[in-house]
Amino acid sequence: MTVDVASWAFLLLGSFFSIVGGIGIIRLPEFFSRLHAGGVTDTLGATLIVVGLLLQVDSGLIAIKLLMILFFLLVTSPTSCHALAKSAISEGLEPVLDSPQPGESLPAGEESAE
Amino acid sequence: MHWFFLVASLSILLTMALALIRAMLGPTVFDRVLALNMFGTKTVLFICVYCFASGRTDFLDLALLYSLMNFIGMVALLRFSQYGSFGDKPKGASQ
Repeated sequence: MTVDVASWAFLLLGSFFSIVGGIGIIRLPEFFSRLHAGGVTDTLGATLIVVGLLLQVDSGLIAIKLLMILFFLLVTSPTSCHALAKSAISEGLEPVLDSPQPGESLPAGEESAE
Repeated sequence: MHWFFLVASLSILLTMALALIRAMLGPTVFDRVLALNMFGTKTVLFICVYCFASGRTDFLDLALLYSLMNFIGMVALLRFSQYGSFGDKPKGASQ
């Protein structure tokens, strides 16, 4: 019973984080922040859902298969995110920053009060 | 089917739909690749949840295979978008 409730909570949390990442990938303004939204679903959402499923398992082989899926997801999806970011940088896509960088001067009319 | 399997699979399907919208809109090719990568990961998760919901646990092998294929496909797509070929010769070397 307790295990069922825990599994239920993990599955619902995982669903919540995957929807949050899905909304983020639509709403966020530029590529590098969308990368962050993709990372949330790929690691947190996937891990929580697979852990929730692991609590339902009754045989060892299925648990091992689920653990292998979790391992591969956790290895491959940050790797592909990294490759994607590196490839975007080398193509000349620049992150859009809110605050000016140390080397740059402030744009006119935007001298901050702080 | 327990109702929380239903909730989990519906929310995964919703996320897949949102990722497809981004793949359709995406201003750069990297947005599209990111959305496709997310779609692939969600497919793996959906197969996992569905195999538990329907009790056919042999579907897990498909999910395992799909997670590996997704990674290889994404690296191939990135190489293609960066070099204009799949790595055997650089862009503009022949023709």
